Amino acid sequence: MNTLQLWWQSLPDLLMAAVEVTVPLSLISFAIAMVLAVITALGRLYLPGPLKVIPWLYVWIFRGTPMVVQLFIVFFGLPNIGIVLPAMTAAVVTLALNTGAYASEAVRASILSIPRGQFEAAQTLNLSRRTTFSKVVAPQAFRIALPPLMNDFIDLVKGTSLVFAITITDLFQVGRQVAASTYQPMAMYALVALIYLVIVSLLSLLQLVLEKKVSAHVRSS
Amino acid sequence: MSAAAEPAGTPTPAEAAETLRLRGIRKTFGSLTALDEVDLDIPRRGTTVLLGPSGSGKSTLLRCINLLEEPDAGEIDFGDGPTRLGGRLGARTVRSIRARSTMVFQQFNLFPHLTALGNVTLAPIHTKGVAKEKAEVRGRELLEKVGLGSKADAYPDRLSGGQQQRVAIARALAMEPDVLLFDEPTSALDPELAAEVVAVLADLAREDRTLVVVTHSLAFAQRVADKVVFLEEGRILLDGPPADFFESEDARLRRFREMVSSAV
Repeated sequence: MNTLQLWWQSLPDLLMAAVEVTVPLSLISFAIAMVLAVITALGRLYLPGPLKVIPWLYVWIFRGTPMVVQLFIVFFGLPNIGIVLPAMTAAVVTLALNTGAYASEAVRASILSIPRGQFEAAQTLNLSRRTTFSKVVAPQAFRIALPPLMNDFIDLVKGTSLVFAITITDLFQVGRQVAASTYQPMAMYALVALIYLVIVSLLSLLQLVLEKKVSAHVRSS
Repeated sequence: MSAAAEPAGTPTPAEAAETLRLRGIRKTFGSLTALDEVDLDIPRRGTTVLLGPSGSGKSTLLRCINLLEEPDAGEIDFGDGPTRLGGRLGARTVRSIRARSTMVFQQFNLFPHLTALGNVTLAPIHTKGVAKEKAEVRGRELLEKVGLGSKADAYPDRLSGGQQQRVAIARALAMEPDVLLFDEPTSALDPELAAEVVAVLADLAREDRTLVVVTHSLAFAQRVADKVVFLEEGRILLDGPPADFFESEDARLRRFREMVSSAV
């Protein structure tokens, strides 16, 4: 079987795995990660002194340990203490917590980068804290956080390829199976890589569109 | 002619309503005393100009009126009874004091992601609960008033510094505060652009509004001030009609006048 035939025959299974596992796993995990990131960043910035340690600990642990080890703890380890999660749930939990820890730093940096004058303007106009955040800080911070957050999103998409290790048949796992049965790892993994590249390219495109949209007010970019 | 403000007698209620009173305002930053028990009466429907060398505390005093800086001690009275400052003020107290005045900043501090009109209408809509359509009609009027009717939909980044500062003035006017505060409103501008802003300020002064302006511009003080207050090292050195300041033979005031005039 030549390479083109192999690609042609395996493509439907690979795409199916991408559409059914890799893409939804990425989207759901990233959505949860964003919520975690914003809560964590706000916690680190605005919680009273001693409580700041909670979000700090979370970031410290999830940034400080390999994701594949985290996956194993959640899926294989937790059952030892009575918590049994289905593989997909374990994957979403781990990916979301891991990405949330990284992304919280991008969110925190973006909020820190807003000049003090913006907060003072909001104060003198007597805006409530909530309005200050939603109408003044968030729109400006979003523009600044967008590129690093898209970085984290892309890392997450590629990181989903680790879930084969906890029995999930994702894009990479299907590729592994085909490679093993056809003895053509080079051709097979090249195709798998290409499919990841296409998915990530779509994200890069999305980033371009979003950046343009949120930079409408800036003259020089 | 020692110029320290005279301790004011007990005012009648009618007089009280005509002035904004600050009493015993003290503010320190670490070991630095920025304001040392400052007493000041700010007349309503008049323009009070605060002058003084940098570090004299004039901007801090202005910011204390709006609680952008919370004094360590003192009292503020907008004519309806004094509020004691210092210690931790409740959020409600802070908001009610802030509602009396609005600041226009040296660096404009416009919201860059909002159009000129968006800047002017944000607070009326969200702080005062004005309906969007109504706020926009009023916002366009105010932009018209500062000569920027045609720039309502422009983002700050597309406006010159002078235009941005005029939008900031319209934004402050939209809050309809008792007192408008200006913290060196023209210092970040080229002379030509500063002139636009000064013209708007002079218009406001003619409208019987209560303005408090921190500036380095003696020309501005001479042109629009009803009252000049000169601060040095956190104390008021002179408080009186402009002539008192411009004709004073006090060595420090003369030196200041000469220094500022020759700086431009």
